[in-house]
Amino acid sequence: MSPDGAITAGAHDIDPVHRVADDLDEVRHGALAHQFDNLEQQREAATLGMWAFLVTEVLFFGVLFAVYGLYRMWYPEAFTAASHELHLWLGTVNTAVLITSSLTMALAVHAAQTGERRQLLTFLVLTMILGAAFLGIKGYEYYSGFVENHLPGPRFQFEAEHFQHAQIFFSLYFIMTGLHAVHMIIGLAVMAVMLWLSWRGTISPEYYNPIEISGLYWHFVDIVWIFLFPLLYLIGRHA
Amino acid sequence: MTSGTPLFPINASTIASRVDNLYFFLLAITAFFSLLIAGLIVFYAVKYRRRSPAAVGVSIHGGLLLEVAWTVIPFVITMVIFVWGASVYFAMASPPAETLNVYVVGKQWMWKFQHLDGQREINQLHVPVGRNVKLIMTSEDVIHDLFFPAFRVKADVLPGRYVNIWFNATKPGRYHLLCAEYCGTRHSGMIGEVVVLEANEYQDWLSGGAAEGSLASAGEKLFADLACNTCHRPESGGRGPVLNGLFGSTIVTATGETIVVDEAHIRESILNPSAKVQPGYQPIMPTFQGVVSEEGLLQLIEYVKSLQPQPAVGAR
Amino acid sequence: MPTLLVPPHHYLNDGYGIKSWLLTRDHKRIALLYLAAVTVFFFVGGAFAVLIRLDLATPAGDLVSDETYNKLFTMHGVMMVFFFLIPAIPSVLGNFLVPIMIGAKDLAFPKLNLASWYIYMLGGTFTLYALVTGGVDTGWTFYAPFSTVSSTTNVIPTALGIFITGFSSILTGLNFIVTIHRMRAPGMTWFRLPLFIWSTYATSLINVLGTPVIAITILLVAAERLFQFGFFNPAVGGDPVLFQHLFWFYSHPAVYIMVLPAMGVISELVAAGCRKPIFGYPFVAFASLAIAVLGFLVWGHHMFVAGESVYAALIFSVLSFLVALPSAIKVFNWTATMYKGAVSWETPMLYAYGFIGLFTIGGLTGLFLAALAVDVHVTDTYFVVAHFHYIMVGGTIMGYLGGLHYWWPKISGRRYNESLAKFSALIIFIGFNLTFFPQFVLGYLGMPRRYHAYPEEFQVLNVLSSAGASILGVGYLIPMLYLMWSLRYGPVAGSNPWGAVGLEWTITSPPPTENFAETPIVTWTAYEYPARVETHVA
Repeated sequence: MSPDGAITAGAHDIDPVHRVADDLDEVRHGALAHQFDNLEQQREAATLGMWAFLVTEVLFFGVLFAVYGLYRMWYPEAFTAASHELHLWLGTVNTAVLITSSLTMALAVHAAQTGERRQLLTFLVLTMILGAAFLGIKGYEYYSGFVENHLPGPRFQFEAEHFQHAQIFFSLYFIMTGLHAVHMIIGLAVMAVMLWLSWRGTISPEYYNPIEISGLYWHFVDIVWIFLFPLLYLIGRHA
Repeated sequence: MTSGTPLFPINASTIASRVDNLYFFLLAITAFFSLLIAGLIVFYAVKYRRRSPAAVGVSIHGGLLLEVAWTVIPFVITMVIFVWGASVYFAMASPPAETLNVYVVGKQWMWKFQHLDGQREINQLHVPVGRNVKLIMTSEDVIHDLFFPAFRVKADVLPGRYVNIWFNATKPGRYHLLCAEYCGTRHSGMIGEVVVLEANEYQDWLSGGAAEGSLASAGEKLFADLACNTCHRPESGGRGPVLNGLFGSTIVTATGETIVVDEAHIRESILNPSAKVQPGYQPIMPTFQGVVSEEGLLQLIEYVKSLQPQPAVGAR
Repeated sequence: MPTLLVPPHHYLNDGYGIKSWLLTRDHKRIALLYLAAVTVFFFVGGAFAVLIRLDLATPAGDLVSDETYNKLFTMHGVMMVFFFLIPAIPSVLGNFLVPIMIGAKDLAFPKLNLASWYIYMLGGTFTLYALVTGGVDTGWTFYAPFSTVSSTTNVIPTALGIFITGFSSILTGLNFIVTIHRMRAPGMTWFRLPLFIWSTYATSLINVLGTPVIAITILLVAAERLFQFGFFNPAVGGDPVLFQHLFWFYSHPAVYIMVLPAMGVISELVAAGCRKPIFGYPFVAFASLAIAVLGFLVWGHHMFVAGESVYAALIFSVLSFLVALPSAIKVFNWTATMYKGAVSWETPMLYAYGFIGLFTIGGLTGLFLAALAVDVHVTDTYFVVAHFHYIMVGGTIMGYLGGLHYWWPKISGRRYNESLAKFSALIIFIGFNLTFFPQFVLGYLGMPRRYHAYPEEFQVLNVLSSAGASILGVGYLIPMLYLMWSLRYGPVAGSNPWGAVGLEWTITSPPPTENFAETPIVTWTAYEYPARVETHVA
């Protein structure tokens, strides 16, 4: 290399297979973005990106779990009493709904891998229906929580002994499940986009990475709920 | 107060010298390394100045010995500073057993000092020279910070908690006391002076003093007004624990926690009684949050402190 | 010497019109979008600083009311920290250089990169709105319960603005991490990367891990204000000190977000300025990572007098000393690089040498703060203010300006006026030291920070500081003028005006949109200079 000149050795001389693969991918799919050399690199980058994003989400929710942990340690009786006011059955049903939606999501990814378009569409739609059902049940829970004066603030009511500390529990309940619900809504929007991509035929066994990484996101939101449910609904409910 | 342009604060407490000595050591380290690096940069920039546009430097990739040296030596220096700083800090954080206590309540935007014998001061604190003084502080609203530059001590003053600092003033005089945690509009107005008096002058000042009685006697009155004495009696068998001789002792709560009965515990038991209940008693004490002011709490605490065990019948 | 020509096709003339800029996917154009935005925010924050220093010229604080003053220092901090120091080097220089330095055509996610800019602008808009409709007076640190219960100013819009802008940082960091992992050119192994990439990588790790924490924390403040939730309110059993733990858990690593990229720039400037490899390359590279990791473990040193236990204080103190060591190692390695270098006195290198000196002082004064007993006396005083301005201004901003000058020819294709540039650098250096050195003295004397009015005996030092600030302000304005002027009238730069090595100097100035006509194959180590260098400049 000359000190201020351009690099002269070309990729042509080094990796002819690499170059041919570029052209084929480009031609076949039109799905290769210009900044990548081949679909493999694009797929790896997108997957790494989604994992990195999920790590940020762990930190995001992690703060709330830390705050929860601290206050539960300080006010265990108030937290137990407040937790018993939540609708255990609605929460349990919602947990089942969400876990099932993760199953349908996994099946959707599998269908994409094997090129079965109709199954892919079906499972995506099922996942969305289950997600919507979760949000509907949650919305009903919020409504009844509001009616029962569990929303912290001027209208809050609770037994005198735990009045103050139960407010902290309910503040955490609404913020944590609220943030989770926002993530669910975003998830539904992502699924809608996946549905559209699948409908258009963009997804194929050679290019199903969008479905895969959307699945990662969906599973993550599910896992957050798996932690939220026992911490919020199941305090002191043994036997 | 001083005028002119001082460049170094007055040394007016027993701990100040220890802090200043560490400070001077740090200054020396800083001066040494700053001058060393700056000097080397200037020296190299001049000596190895690029003489022609095409010149290139000598490629030296590294030297393990140097890397180890300039890692280990700073490490040792920093550990020395750490240990030194920590040991002085321990002294700051450990008030001596015998102290003259003063209660402090900070609020937007003033300092209220409450002496045990009932003297109240606003933004001014009289203390005797050469005595260990402990300040027991709380805030009525937001976080403040009480700072005595001449004594080299400060601590954040928190709502809902008691925080202690202590000092032993070595020079009579008037020194600044300042709020050092931003607390709103008149944060920079929340200042005053600590007046350090010779022992006899301090006695004069004390006796010139309070119209009302001591904190403890005010607390005794409040104790009766709030009917605390219906459950907390000098002999056992009441609905609440006996308070005589309780202050300063170590107890085990009903949930198995071992705690020392200090100002913070008394305060908590008045505001949040079910937090730590003594074994054998029901959690039936009502909360007095909103019923008792910060001053009232101080008076009650001083009263409880003053309760001596009754002969023959006192329970521990 | 051949006459230099601007290349016919480059990223600046690849499409005209506002749409081609606002809808660009090109990392280089996005870098310029950021450059415009951070410059505006810098001068807004700077204007507040000027007003602060003018007010502090008299002990009674005659210029503005105490309410106004409290808003000024709050908005100065918010603008500078969140809208300038954190984004500037990564989003301007990082965006421009990262793909080029690793031999890629763009970042991994160009559309996400553009989205990051829009998110940043949205957050900035919220915050400017809050400013214009009355301001905020909580300090950039938003301590509870003052911010949640007591302040009557626009806390919520400001909090939302910061919350939104945080996502810009997170997405940019994510983009850089994936790009550096997956898009390096063939042969560009980790240890052949320029040190600027190592620093950017370490910064991105902090961005990605730390920013979500401040996002939630500031959201909790807004929620507490809006709904009276009570996490930080002792009246309902909440703990105001918990806010401080959550806040500083991010905000301490944040200061490394602010300084690590500048350190990366300095590595590039010193290597190019001395025309030799950085001494101890692996140590400098790992030091960046060490700073990122250790930086997450020391947040409690902001709380030594805030009510944390003695034992927590001990642990945070010792860790704070440890985090100083990798920075020291870097300073020693940079200095050692100058030994037997071919040392340039051009403007970017002057900024680099200034950085090393001022960062050394700033870092050493950090030791005062890590030492528990001394910290008790100087925390919450002007000593802390001086310390962090030495790092942020004497460090980061000088690194930013040095980098801006060094890569300006690459970015714009033009050279700026060297004499004016040297003059500005000198003015900045003098103004800076005059502004902030007296503040160390003021701090130890006991002048608390965030004071609108102060005891009379502090006046002389305050006046010195204010005089320095006006000089510093002038120093910052001059580069804006000659850099803009050079865009049109500056001499053409050519691809390598500095005679430096690095992939960015092998392509035209300005570069083509796709950076490289063919992906480079890297077979050389970083900073490998030949025996003689050909440059375009005499």
